[in-house]
Order: sequence, then structure tokens, then C-alpha cells
Amino acid sequence: MTDASLTPATTATGTRSHTRDIGLKARYAAERRFRAYGLAAVALGLFFLFLLLGSVIAQGYTAFWQTSIQLDIEFDEEVIDPDGNRDSDRMVLLTANYPLLAQRALHEKLGVDPDDRAARRDANSLLSQGVRTQLRDIVVSDPSIIGTTRTVWVLAHGDIDSAAKGQFDLTVEESRRRVNDRQLGYMQTLEEAGVMEGRFNTGLFTFGASSRPETAGMGVAIIGSFYMMAIVLVLALPIGVAASIYLEEFAPKNRLTDIIEVNINNLAAVPSIVYGLLGLAVFINFAGLPRSAAVVGGLVLTLMTLPTIIIATRAALKAVPPSIRAAALGVGASKMQMVFHHVLPLAAPGILTGTIIGLATALGETAPLLLIGMVAFVADYPATPFDPSTALPVQIYMWSGQAERAFVERTSGAIIILLLFLAVMNITAIILRRRFERRW
Amino acid sequence: MSATTIIAIVLVIGAVGYLAGAARARMVVGGETAKLHSRPGYYGSFILIWATLPALLLLVAWSSFAPVLIDNQVRDTIPESVRAEQSATQQDLSINIVEAIAEGLRLLDERELQQATAGFVLLRPLLADKGVALAGNGEDWMIASAQQLNALRDTNIIWKSIAVIGLSIVGFTAGLLQIRAQLRARNRVEGVIHAGLVLASTVAILTTVGIVLSMISETGRFFSSVPPQEFFFGTVWDPRFANAEDPDAAGQFGLIPLLAGTLYIAFVAMLVAVPIGLFAAIYMAEYASSRFRSIAKPLLEVLAGIPTIVYGFFALVTVGPFLRDLSGQIAGIATGEVSSFISATSVLTAGLVMGIMLVPFVSSLSDDIISAVPRSMRDGSLGLGATRSETVKRVILPAALPGVVGALLMTASRAIGETMIVVMAAGVAARLSINPFEPMTTVTVKIVSQLTGDLEFTSPQTLVAFALGLTLFFITLALNVYALYIVRKYREQYE
Repeated sequence: MTDASLTPATTATGTRSHTRDIGLKARYAAERRFRAYGLAAVALGLFFLFLLLGSVIAQGYTAFWQTSIQLDIEFDEEVIDPDGNRDSDRMVLLTANYPLLAQRALHEKLGVDPDDRAARRDANSLLSQGVRTQLRDIVVSDPSIIGTTRTVWVLAHGDIDSAAKGQFDLTVEESRRRVNDRQLGYMQTLEEAGVMEGRFNTGLFTFGASSRPETAGMGVAIIGSFYMMAIVLVLALPIGVAASIYLEEFAPKNRLTDIIEVNINNLAAVPSIVYGLLGLAVFINFAGLPRSAAVVGGLVLTLMTLPTIIIATRAALKAVPPSIRAAALGVGASKMQMVFHHVLPLAAPGILTGTIIGLATALGETAPLLLIGMVAFVADYPATPFDPSTALPVQIYMWSGQAERAFVERTSGAIIILLLFLAVMNITAIILRRRFERRW
Repeated sequence: MSATTIIAIVLVIGAVGYLAGAARARMVVGGETAKLHSRPGYYGSFILIWATLPALLLLVAWSSFAPVLIDNQVRDTIPESVRAEQSATQQDLSINIVEAIAEGLRLLDERELQQATAGFVLLRPLLADKGVALAGNGEDWMIASAQQLNALRDTNIIWKSIAVIGLSIVGFTAGLLQIRAQLRARNRVEGVIHAGLVLASTVAILTTVGIVLSMISETGRFFSSVPPQEFFFGTVWDPRFANAEDPDAAGQFGLIPLLAGTLYIAFVAMLVAVPIGLFAAIYMAEYASSRFRSIAKPLLEVLAGIPTIVYGFFALVTVGPFLRDLSGQIAGIATGEVSSFISATSVLTAGLVMGIMLVPFVSSLSDDIISAVPRSMRDGSLGLGATRSETVKRVILPAALPGVVGALLMTASRAIGETMIVVMAAGVAARLSINPFEPMTTVTVKIVSQLTGDLEFTSPQTLVAFALGLTLFFITLALNVYALYIVRKYREQYE
């Protein structure tokens, strides 16, 4: 007996004890290997996460700075309004040759010989085409500025911006570069004079679509996404909560409610692009709503988000203990009063968390929006949800198709902004859950 | 009066109704609210519902039917001579011009209006001045039609306002007259709310019905020009868009190459996601300390929250070029000749990145399932002397297998339906190939590419997208239904 308890192997047959002694080592090795595989898998997953975020941030953080040039611009009446009839014809101020003003100021600053055409051309292309609108907006908002000289920060050209950020390989021979040696010299002059520097890129948040990177921004996309989120919130939350209340608290157990249940679970798994086809066929072709409009996008995303909200709400309602319901009914509340006065307020944090997560998913959704025509070149802010607009992820998609280096940077910058929005929403959801969720 | 104003007025009447109803209920019993059947607020809500619900329903019905009637009446104004020579689509175009003219006429003042009605030649510059550009050529009869249209719209708005607001006031009064102490106001109000709840829960069904019906009808139109067997069994995808030289070019719409690409990429993605996800889930459930778990698990789940467009961009600018350059260097070392054998967009790139995206789906689904295996089975195995890994391999995984398979099926359906990654990283060339280093295309890529740009909903080139969508819908639906079936069956064993 004592022997057996000390060395259990002796109770077995000789051969088995033999194999087991050998086996143990191998088994422990297998154990260690298995454990290492697991750890490696987790590490690999995390590595991918950091690689993804790291590559986006590394390529995108520079997008928040935009190289600008400080110029002392003389708003010369001879150039803006040579005939002096700006009071009678407002087109004069809108169509004046503003780039010339900036070019003159720049030539003066750089000391460019006015007769050297090549030098002038190189100097002019330091400036963004967006200078025209920039100066026009200044003059139109305050015509009394004409005839005076003001110091203005104007945008540098996208290629100059990339060169200033060191994104061009300057060892490439000059003719194959987008920025030539003379322009690099000019840039150095300006930088040494302290009139060229990277400034915070507000345009990234305010400009609309543009084919020039330095004047391309996400203003329209942010507004479009905001409209869509508002529509999703206004439609999906009440409908989703009402549907869940019915299914969870009132619905009799029968075939119909069973079908609805299975249906909702399946809808949650339908590929998002199918919702885009639905939107195209029903909202645009059948109901005649405008293409590219935020309202259609909002409706499509609503249908997509509904299952998520319903599933979250039902889970939150289920988590409220039956004793609450029994107590409410016991003191004479009607079933409706029990639900709306007691169960729903207790489930509210869970519902809100689910809704925010659903909204975050909807905010990042791209595929269905492509089908309803939101891949549009929209330069003006949409005034209503019925006007053409784009959305944040769609803007990212459109920019990712552009070849210029400055657009790659802006695409990553836009992704950073989108991820920040998502992070804020998800963190809010987590805080809500931690702060208000009750454990029964 | 616009629809918004009408709604606002109706809501104001409703709000007044709420107050009036509550006050009237109190008055009926002389202030002793205990004598009322329901609390005064319910009487208020009762009036609110009477005053708003029928009126708003009328507004919806009116707004959806009136335009059709107006359109019919305007069509009647098309002169017989025009009607005889124009086809139905040409008439539609004419009506569009009439509508544009009608919009424009409203911008003109009295004097200009007199000028304009003289003829279309005079009208066009006038409207252009106001910023209304007219597409196509107008004819003189259109001006009369446009005026008729405007007149009809004006009367429509007046009658709509009168009818809706009138009904609201009638409802208000009718409700108010019903109020008495015995009126079961709460039950009535709750009945309406209950109906609302039922209605909301049918939205889910309506969505499914909408998806299926809209896709089936468009697919039916597609199959009327391309026979189904050519679509389902065709091996060539070449949807030539109609061009001037060859307007009858039908193109070939073979599903097989697209389906092959879809399944191939999904397969590569699963090859990446399943081992990583499954091992991560096992490690989290069986080995990790709770501290490690509380940090690593949410971080892994961040991967699931990143929008797919970000993965697509990552594949496009980071993974694709990296694989291409890497293959170039490998080829350089092996053969001394630098030629990359992996294209920047390829099955491998798309599959790899999609696999990364799917890791958290596999791991969190499997984690739940593994954790749900009863403690006693784990303890029994460990008590018999098995190591942890043996317990996992011989006891837990077999027990959890149906659930894990279900989870993998759901993940696969996600991989098949995924769009943005493949749009950006898989390529657009529809070909049958087994080389993962070359681009292939998928069903979702083709849905997007057939439906972006100028659309004409009569050509098979655009309608094919709906046939593809329907195929996709049924494949993913089948996978999910089967997965749910497996998961449900599995749950019954332990609960």
C-alpha cells in the first residue's frame, strides 16, 4: 500500500509505467509548446493591432500641419478693380485676379527677377491654387481692405508641403522630381526668413472636396456623417427600443414572434453591401429620394443598426430582475406602467451603451454608402440632409484612390480623425456601462 | 404651407389638447381626481392622440397619393399631337422639363411672367438669368402645362392644409366630448402604445421582405435579358458596357470566377484568422491570468471595432507594397533577378488583411463557447492527471466543437460579405486562378463597380449587381442559419 501511494506507477503494469515515465517529459513539453502557441497567437493579434495603428499614425500625423507662407500682400486696386465699378457689379470682386497679388508679394520677398520667366513660374508654383479663394474671401468680407497692405498666411502648394515635410526623395534626379532645385532654394530662403512654416491644418476639418490636396478637407464629410448619425439616432433608437419592449415584455410565444426573433438575428449578419442594394432599390428607385443625399444614407444605416440596437436592448431588459416587475405589478401598476416607469429606466444604461456602439459601427460603414451614390465630388456644405454630401469613411475611400503623396498623408490623417471619433464613442459607452450599470 | 408647418400646427393642437384633456377630466369630477378611472394625464394623452394621430396619418396618405394624381393630370395636358409621336420615355423626359419650368416660373415676377408665357424661346433666357438651367429642348405647350402644374400644386397645398388641420381639430373636439369619469382613458392610451410597439417590431420583418422583394424583382429583370444558367454556370465575366459602335454588345455575366475569388480570399482569411483566433481564445480562457486577460482581451477587440475601410487602406498602402517588395527580394536572392512574383493587389494581400480583421471575431466567439463548457468536465479531466493542454484538446474542444464550428461559420459568412478590404486590395480582374499571388475579384467588388458611376436601371450591366447581391444574401443567410442551428443544438446539451 505504502509503495503504491508513493509511486503510483507500480500499481500499473510494467510496460505502462515504462511508457508513462518517458511520456511525462514529452507531455510537459507538449504542454509548454501549446501554451507558447497560445501566447504567440495573442501576441500576434496585438502586434497586428499596433502595426495597423502605427502605420496609420506614422503616415498621417503630418497631415495636421500644413505648410503656409507669410506674405505682405498689397491689395492693389489696379489689380482687383481697375475700372472702379465694384459697387455696381459684385462680380468684379469675385472674379478679380487674386493670385497675381500673392505672386507679386512672393516675388518681392524672394527677390525674383521680373524678366526671368522660368524663375517666376517656379516661384508661382510654390503657392497653392487655393490662394485665389483665400484672398477673395478676405476682400469680399471687407472691401475696404482694397488699397492697403496686410500680412496674410497663404497655403503652400501640396508638393511644396510634401517637400517641406521631407516626404520626397531628393536624391532622385531633378527632372523626375515634383519639386525642382530652384524651388528648394526658394523654400530654404523663405524658411530662413521665418515666413514659411507648418501651421495647424484647420482646412483639413473645414474644406470640401478638391482635386488639390492642400485645399481638400473633410468639412462636407463631417457634416454628412453628422446628419446620418442624427437620422440613425432619431429613427433607430425609438424603433429599436419599441420593438425590443414588445418582443421581451409583451409578445406571446408563437410562430410569428419566433420568426421575428430569427429574422432579427439574421439581419444582424447580412452583409452591409446588401443594405446598400436595398437602399438603392427602395429609397432611390422606388421612393424617388435624391441620390448622394445624407437622408438615404441615414435610412440605410438605420436599417443596418436596428438589429444591433434590438439585440442590445433585449439583453438590457432581460438583465432587469423579475422581482422589479412583480413588485410594480403587485402595487397595482398596469403592465405598460411597469415597463415604462420601472423596467425601462433601469435598463436605460445598457440600451444607451448598445446604441452608442451601434452608432459607432454605422459611422465607420462604407460599402452601402458607395452604392447610394455618396462617392460624389461635393465642394459645398450640404445645407439639409437632402443635399448631396459625402461621409467620413467614403471621403477616406475617395482620397485613397489619389496618387499624390500629400493625399496619402491626408487619407491617413482622415483615418486618425475617424478613429478618434470612434474611440470617443466607444469610451463613452464603456464609461456609461461602468458608471451606471447595476449588478443585481 | 409646407408639410413641416402643418406638422408643427398639428403638434401644437395636440399639446393644447393634452392640457385641455387633463383640465377637463379634473373639471368633470370637480377636482376629486380619485373619482376618475385614470389619472388626469391619461385623459390629456387621450386627447393628444385623437388630435394628432388621425391627422398625421391623413397627411402621410395625402402626401404620398397627391403627387401621383397631379402627375396624371399634367400628363393629360400633353397635346394629342405630341402624345402620338413620343414614346413613353420621351414623355417622361418632357414631364421633367415641365417640372423644371414650373419651378422656374415661380421665380419670375409679374412682368417677366407675361413675357415668358409668350413662348419657350423667350422663357429660356429669363430662367437662365434666375439660375434655372433647362435640360433638353422645350416646346411651347410645356409652359401651359407648367402653369397648370403650379396651379394644381397650389390648390393641393391649400386643401391638404385645410383637411389635415381640420381633422386635427375635429379629433380634438371628438376626444374632448368623450371625456367622462368612467372613460377608460389609460386602457385606450395603452392600447395605442401597444399597437405602436407591435408596429415597431414588424420593421425588422419589413426590412427582410424589402431586401428579398427588391432584389428578386431586379434580378428577375436581369434574368429576362441574361438566362439564369449563363449567370450561374458561366465561367467568363465580361460585362461590356454598351458603346456606340456595338450597342447590342451583351457581355458575359459568369458568376463562377467571382464566386471562386470570393471563396478563395475568404479561405485565405480563415487560414489566418482561425489558428490565431482559436489559440488566442484558448490561451485567454485557460492560461491567462485575470490581469493579462483584462488588458489583452479589450485590446484584441479593438481590432473588431476598426472600420473595414481602414483595413482596406492598410492593405493598399502598407501590406500590398510590403509583400510585393518582399517577394522581389526573395526572387532576387533565389534567382538573382529582382522581379516580384506577388502583385500589390492579390488574393494573399486581401486574405491576410481580412484574416487580421476576423481574429477578434473568432477569438471572442470561441472564448465565450470555451468558457461555457461546464467546470466539472475540466476538473474531471485535470483530476485524472491530464495536463491543461490535454484537457483542452481531448475534453474541452470536443465538447465545444459544435459551438466553435458555428462560430467559424459565422466568421466565414462575414469574410464572404466583406466589401471594402477586397475593393481596395483584391483587384478587379475576374479570372479563375489558383495562384494566391495574383489579383482575383469577388462578388462584392463587382457589385460596387457595377453600381458606381452613371446608372441606367434598364441595362443588364447594372441589374447584374442585384443578382450578385441576391446570391450573396442567400449564401450568407444559409451559413448563418446553419450556424445558429448548430449553436442552439449545442446549448441544449448543457443548460
